[in-house]
Amino acid sequence: MGHSPAPPSTNRPLPCSPYFAPNPGAGRDGGGGGRMRRGPAAGAALRGAGLQVAARRFPARPACGAMAEEDWLGVEVAPSASEGEDEGQEDGERRHRQLLEAVSSLSGRKRRKLAERTEASVQVSEFNVSCKGAGEKLVLSELLQTIRPKSALSSVKNELTRVKQKKAVELPLSKEEAKRVVREAAYVRTSKDVGKWQQVVLQNRRAEQLVFPLKQEIATVVPLEQAASAWKARTPLEQEIFGLLHKTQQPITDPLLTPEETASLQAMSLEEARQRRAELQKARVIQSYYEAKARREKKIKSKKYHRVLKKSKRRKALKEFELLHKLDPEAALAKLEELEQLRMQERMSLKHQNKGKWARSRAIMAKYDLEARKAMQEQLAKNKELMQKVRVELPEEEPGDVPEEDLTSVAVPTIPAGASRTNPWMLGKPSGPAEEPEVQEGLEDFAVPGAAESKGEMEEEEEEEEVSEEEALLQDFAQKRHVRQQRAGSPEGQGADETDAVSEPLRDSPVHPVCAEEQTSVRIEQPSQAPAEILLLEQLGRVQTMEDAEALASEEHVEELEKLGAAGAEKQVQQEEEGRAEERRVKKPPAKKKIISLQAVLAGKSQEVQCPSLPVVMEEEEGGIDQRGVITEAFAGDDVVADFRQEKRKAEQAAKPQPVNLVLPGWGEWGGTGLKPSTKKRKRFLLKPPPAPPRKDQHLPHVIMSERRNIHVAAHQVSELPFPFERHQQFEQSIRTPVGPTWNTQRAFQKLTTPRVITRAGHIIQPISAEDVPDMATEAGSGAKPALEIAPKQPEQPFRHPRRRAQ
Amino acid sequence: MRVKVLSRNPDDYVRETKLDLQRVPRNYDPTLHPFEVPREYTRALNATKLERVFAKPFLTSLDGHRDGVNCMAKHPKSLSTVLSGACDGEVKIWNLTKRQCVRTIQAHEGFVRGMCARFCGTSFFTVGDDKTVKQWKMENPEYGEEEPIHTIIGKTVYTGIDHHWKEAVFATCGHQVDIWDEQRTSPMCSLTWGFDSISSVKFNPIETYLLGSCASDRNIVLYDIRKSTPLKKVILNMRTNTLCWNPMEAFIFTAANEDYNLYTFDMRFLESPVMVHMDHVSAVLDVDYSPTGKEFVSASFDKSVRIFPVDKGHSREVYHTKRMQHVITVKWTSDNKYILCGSDEMNIRLWKANASEKLGVKLKEKFRYHPKIRRIAQHRHLPKSIFCQIKEQRIMREARRRKELNRRKHSKPGSVPFVSERKKHIVAVVK
Repeated sequence: MGHSPAPPSTNRPLPCSPYFAPNPGAGRDGGGGGRMRRGPAAGAALRGAGLQVAARRFPARPACGAMAEEDWLGVEVAPSASEGEDEGQEDGERRHRQLLEAVSSLSGRKRRKLAERTEASVQVSEFNVSCKGAGEKLVLSELLQTIRPKSALSSVKNELTRVKQKKAVELPLSKEEAKRVVREAAYVRTSKDVGKWQQVVLQNRRAEQLVFPLKQEIATVVPLEQAASAWKARTPLEQEIFGLLHKTQQPITDPLLTPEETASLQAMSLEEARQRRAELQKARVIQSYYEAKARREKKIKSKKYHRVLKKSKRRKALKEFELLHKLDPEAALAKLEELEQLRMQERMSLKHQNKGKWARSRAIMAKYDLEARKAMQEQLAKNKELMQKVRVELPEEEPGDVPEEDLTSVAVPTIPAGASRTNPWMLGKPSGPAEEPEVQEGLEDFAVPGAAESKGEMEEEEEEEEVSEEEALLQDFAQKRHVRQQRAGSPEGQGADETDAVSEPLRDSPVHPVCAEEQTSVRIEQPSQAPAEILLLEQLGRVQTMEDAEALASEEHVEELEKLGAAGAEKQVQQEEEGRAEERRVKKPPAKKKIISLQAVLAGKSQEVQCPSLPVVMEEEEGGIDQRGVITEAFAGDDVVADFRQEKRKAEQAAKPQPVNLVLPGWGEWGGTGLKPSTKKRKRFLLKPPPAPPRKDQHLPHVIMSERRNIHVAAHQVSELPFPFERHQQFEQSIRTPVGPTWNTQRAFQKLTTPRVITRAGHIIQPISAEDVPDMATEAGSGAKPALEIAPKQPEQPFRHPRRRAQ
Repeated sequence: MRVKVLSRNPDDYVRETKLDLQRVPRNYDPTLHPFEVPREYTRALNATKLERVFAKPFLTSLDGHRDGVNCMAKHPKSLSTVLSGACDGEVKIWNLTKRQCVRTIQAHEGFVRGMCARFCGTSFFTVGDDKTVKQWKMENPEYGEEEPIHTIIGKTVYTGIDHHWKEAVFATCGHQVDIWDEQRTSPMCSLTWGFDSISSVKFNPIETYLLGSCASDRNIVLYDIRKSTPLKKVILNMRTNTLCWNPMEAFIFTAANEDYNLYTFDMRFLESPVMVHMDHVSAVLDVDYSPTGKEFVSASFDKSVRIFPVDKGHSREVYHTKRMQHVITVKWTSDNKYILCGSDEMNIRLWKANASEKLGVKLKEKFRYHPKIRRIAQHRHLPKSIFCQIKEQRIMREARRRKELNRRKHSKPGSVPFVSERKKHIVAVVK
């Protein structure tokens, strides 16, 4: 009874592996393999020999987890070599035991059965004392323990009861049941397999566009080099051509330059290059010299110098012109034409029209600053002058003189400032400061003699072909200086001017030119200006009487305005009312505009438009070819705005709830012809409806909103919300966005109208397969999508794991 | 002085070749093109009207059979070839471009119950009432009599056949589902679940190991030929005649049922169908998917063919003619353009899948909810018989509904449960 031999070395890996038993023989041969060292607890459990019997009889019953594994795997372990000897010994033992039993049975009385000895031990004792712990040391404390009154068979009993408790092995499943289990498992497996298409299917369902067949042959564009390199000359003609090309060393692959060409390029002589360089150098030097000179001249600040220079230039030009006129009248004419051209350009451009940033800043300043006003006036004058027609019949005249005369003669008397105010079509560009010139002209006559001089200068300048902005600025400053000097001389003059400006009926308030917002702000800030407004009103009234001849429609408003002019405070309140009633009224007099009414704010455009630019109007009168004039004439009686207002008023009236008259004459009193129901009765039976809610278009002057249901339209309208939409806004949005090419660019239109499914005629559409779907293909190979990957990977794991271990 | 001039670059307006389109500069300022909605609405209305005007779906009728057409098969490689089998055992091969019959075979005695082409298109199989499965060559024999390549004589009648999509395997059905190897005369395996005659069997075109069948004991059974086991069975209220797998969605199939409806199922969730398609007024006999998997066509005993979108409960189109009788079989061609239907009165008819394709699609779609447009777009002519039947059906349905309502009203709350339309038709799902 020796130790069980060590298993083959390959089967001896880590001791606690669940797959490999540490000692395969141990579980099986209870007799031979009992030499394992156990802890005290385990020893106690196995102390009784009976237990060992039990352990032998039920080898599958696990003592612990590890034991079970041992048993499970131990089946395969081949019986070792020493087992033969063991068996021999066991046989002997068995015989001995049988003999003993036979003897005991002879006695008739059951003897206490000796415990079976299963373990191999060196010494065998007759008194049931097996020397189990032969090698171990004896511990005194163990000997002192109380002797338990337990029988040797108790453990066996326990085992037996346990065995009894165990149920019998269940019957195998019925055929039906087994099939069902198989089916269920297969179904789960298959639906999992099929489920990997879920993503693809969803993607295809949601796709904006699907192109069938799914397998598309992608026509790749082969780069030219590849195509060329693959190509070979085959026919004799091609070969011949190639031969020629090779002879002339024509580059075939990289067709840039032939060798000859490169050679000729290289052959450019050195001298030539030098010459060229010298020329360039010279030119550069000259250029820089002239530049320096110009800079120097520009820096000269002396006015006199410049004046002299300009004069000389002018004189020179004149002389030349005269000479030209004498020698070559045609050339002179050409020059005149050139001037004409210049004029045209000026008319085209926005220069000198007080439109620029500077001009606007001036316009703001103009209210307070005389110089600024002047500067602007000058600008306009210049503009005027440049726009004057050159009289061709007097070619001898100095061209510069003509405009000056024209300016004075034409500009002063005509003041059709409000001429176009009645008609909204006529309202011109908002050139606020344009009205200033009138004021300025008046001023110049008596107060600013110096200005004339400066003006003269300016005109001289204008003879020159181009007037740079810088120069204009310089002049501005010069003028300012002049004015400042004057003021220093006569401080009252300024005050007089201002009073003049206010009292003069012709003049606008300084506030006027400023744009609408500013006006409102001004009004809020400065209530002290109110009297000025009244004055202005008077003035405006006059202007409008001039209009009256042209537009009769506006007469009543003018009268009203005059009335209003008398009573300032009342006027404002009234105006607010009226302003609501009629839009046009707001447009007309600037004084009215001062009052902030909602109407006025809403109709913001009209306010800008209020002050017609003086020069423009004059032009119109002169030329007589004004577009606006034509339009006003054409639509003279066509007052669209008023019509619309009237229509709206009607709609408002119609929408108002009407009182219900339930008065029955004759009831409760005398009736008959000529008898009216009493007022009491009328009061009682005239039912007044509750006031209607405020109209939605209350604050929208250009809109009439009707809430009545139109049957004819209803036939075309969707009555209930279609299915996929959740809110009516969504649906309306879908309808509102246009689809057609009229409203969308070509690209957008194509995108909007792409069909959901595209098929190619005459192409067979095969069912989808894993190769068609890139995700699926990769999934089959490496596994790109984790969601899909999990399913196939799991079954593989148990196989992979041990393989790695074994290495 | 800088003078600004108009810049005109010839590149912007000169064509490179004569064939190029002239570039027309357009101003998309919405103020220049007012009333976009009304204008588009009018366009949509016109387009819808024109669509109906130009909807002429019927193309041709292929006549030549001497008995009702019982089954059809598409050629997997050639669009112009179609096979049909009649009730007198005759098989005809048609050329659709010429609209002619190119070949006639007396294949069986009695009905040709089912036919299918091999995936490579070189041969086809037929099964008939004479208990045989025959394989035929697709090409004409050079001389002599038509002879099948193989003939398998079975013990029972085969009622249907379908070929595997990738391998040399086919399946027949009758009393059981048999899976055959082409090279053998006995089935590889037989799949049974219950005992009743199975009317149709279909391979899944994507997951090719899957198989669906429907039997006359009202059930639909799915099989897996890898495990050679049935998977699951769903029992409906009435018998399913045919089923068809969606060629783009592996787990979706549609069943044509005797109760006038079609049911689209997700094979993973058989408890209730994904969609119930109702419009027919008689038993639905056949169904076939469009190759795009977005629609399917169904043939019915009510002498009409209907086209259903997969995700809609009602049909988008109904085709019928005065002469067309009970439609027994229907196929959607594999280029998604045409529909073929074979009917009792011995003709095969060719229809367009889209009655009129070219008109403004998007606008019509945009305004499709507007009553006028919808009225025009949805208007279809129906023969009086179908129309009356529909009306009758409606009345019946309403009556049933009312009865249920009344019953619910007069019984204990909760005792008459609400059952959704989808659940109503499913009797049981058997694992």
